[in-house]
Amino acid sequence: MVVMKMKFPFQKRVKLAQGLWLLSWCATVAGAITFTLGCILKTELRRRAEVMDNSDVHVVPNTLMIVGLASLGINIFASKICQDALDAERFPRWKNMLKPYFAVSCFFTVLMLLAVIMSYAMKGSLESSLKVGLKNGIRFYKDTDTPGRCFQKQNIDRLQMEFQCCGNNDFRDWFEVQWISNRYLDFSSKEVKDRIKSNVDGRYLLDGVPFSCCNPSSPRPCIQYQLTNNSAHFNYEYQTEELNLYLRGCREALVSYFMGLMNTIGAGVLSVFLLQGSVLVSLRFLQTAMEAVAGNENTEIETEGYLLEKSVKDTVMEFIEPVMQFFLFKNQVGEGSSEAPADP
Amino acid sequence: MPFMPVKFNLQKRVKLAQGLWMIYWLSVIVGILIFSLGLFFKVELRKRSEMMDNNESHLVPNLLILVGLLAGGVSAFGGKVCHDSLDPVKFAKWKPMLKPYLLLCCGFNVLMLFTALLCFLMQFAVYLTLAEGLKNSIKFYKDTDTPGRCFMKRTLDMTQIEFRCCGNNNFRDWFEVQWISNRYLDMSNDLVKDRVLSNVEGKYLMDSVPFSCCNPGSPRPCIQHHLTNNTAHYDYDHRIEELNIWSRGCREALFAYFSSMMNSIGVLILFTIMLESLDMAGLKYLATALETMEDPENPECESEGFLLEKGVKETFADLFVKMKMLRGGNEVEGGEAAEAT
Repeated sequence: MVVMKMKFPFQKRVKLAQGLWLLSWCATVAGAITFTLGCILKTELRRRAEVMDNSDVHVVPNTLMIVGLASLGINIFASKICQDALDAERFPRWKNMLKPYFAVSCFFTVLMLLAVIMSYAMKGSLESSLKVGLKNGIRFYKDTDTPGRCFQKQNIDRLQMEFQCCGNNDFRDWFEVQWISNRYLDFSSKEVKDRIKSNVDGRYLLDGVPFSCCNPSSPRPCIQYQLTNNSAHFNYEYQTEELNLYLRGCREALVSYFMGLMNTIGAGVLSVFLLQGSVLVSLRFLQTAMEAVAGNENTEIETEGYLLEKSVKDTVMEFIEPVMQFFLFKNQVGEGSSEAPADP
Repeated sequence: MPFMPVKFNLQKRVKLAQGLWMIYWLSVIVGILIFSLGLFFKVELRKRSEMMDNNESHLVPNLLILVGLLAGGVSAFGGKVCHDSLDPVKFAKWKPMLKPYLLLCCGFNVLMLFTALLCFLMQFAVYLTLAEGLKNSIKFYKDTDTPGRCFMKRTLDMTQIEFRCCGNNNFRDWFEVQWISNRYLDMSNDLVKDRVLSNVEGKYLMDSVPFSCCNPGSPRPCIQHHLTNNTAHYDYDHRIEELNIWSRGCREALFAYFSSMMNSIGVLILFTIMLESLDMAGLKYLATALETMEDPENPECESEGFLLEKGVKETFADLFVKMKMLRGGNEVEGGEAAEAT
């Protein structure tokens, strides 16, 4: 039972070949664009690598880059094939290559769809990675003299200013860590000694945040120290007043930024996937229509084109059978050889 | 005797026409580039117009936009003429327009030279506007409740963060103005009263800077208040220590930014002038080569192309005589009018 049979008179074949040539060049450009989008995403993720704990989410841009390159190759090949398609002498030399070519193309097209699905599904992994990364970033903020962590302060400050956020969940995360290094604390001062004694770990905690949390849009000069002390500042009540810090947490800001980027890229790659799919379908029709012409003197006869020779199930079995046989054969040989020495 | 003659056979003419067509399209792209750079410059000036007291001159970007559009149009026309040049029928309709077109190109080159000159010279005006504008911005930093100046604080903060600078000349400019609004000062406090009474104008001055002056690259949490008071901070000596605020002044930072932009645009315009001159020379050669064909019916005959029909001196002498004749014509008319009265 043939899947999707269509009649192709000579004119229709010619039109199909021409249209396919144009389509495959468009798809080549689309493949290059996919590769570029993958590179852009990878660059952005690498820029913020210091606040990410693991690089699980890098599988999305890596897949996009692989698929983009593969799509480039597949479509250039497709344009070459359809250039030769209408020439009865040059077309037969492609005959042997077409079956593996279709298998490989289908694999990469499915991979493209997987990349799109992953770009939506990686949100949870990204969020947990950022949670741990930001927590460490805030903890190591003061360690500007420790090798390997010297630039943590600068990174966190720049991050907070650029994404207009403060802390991990919100600004109160800064109250729970000591973000001023001991080098700049006067241990002979009573105030410092009190604060350090007031908690178990002996840390200098205060209800203040770094300057990078300050919101320039606020009409008031930035209040960053003694945030919970109403009497420390004139006309200030922290419970009711809109603070002049950024209220959003950096994890939320970064997640929304990256998800926005990945969703946009995912939508673009979905359209590339549809384009690629249509190229492959048209190529299959052209191939089957031209194969029916082969051997005939009159190249202008009407032929039939189809997608699959047998039904979907049979075609899949046809592909899987050699693979299964290979594994079964190996097993049988293995069993046979293990039995042989047992026999005396 | 023609100026710089070159012999042309058919092959050479065809090559000249094709090469010239490509150069014309390159000129169109460069014209579009100049147009977009002019737009970009205009947008940047608009963005920073608050720092410049809102009276910055938009002459240069407007001129750039005009020049870009003209360059695109002139080059596209030239390209079309080149494209039609090897077909004698099509070329015949362009022939009469060539002389005025080349004169127009000359005038356009002069305009571009003027624009390039402006690009390099207007930087002084930008510098002066910035100096005045920043001084006022710092003065109005605290007026976040005055209509028309509500966003000065935000703009100045964002500028200091973006350009990594502090104050007009340096951070000490902030010591001379009151940048905290009276709304947030406790006038019943003795400290505040002392400070306000300590100067003639009754301003609350202090040796502090806003948070946007802070340098994130400094290893120490930002010290922005009591900058000249060594005892206010632990292990701090403001005379020897590298402060953790930006040391550059915003005037210098903004001027460096605009001046580099204007210099590169000026260089691009000079390059465009050379390209346009090349176009004009090529078109003149092509036109004269096509005109001096001995046998118009036979396309493969040889011809000679030249830049000027006579030598340079003679051409200028001719031009001078023509101009004199025009003026002489006026004198004759003036004489007649005098007679008529």
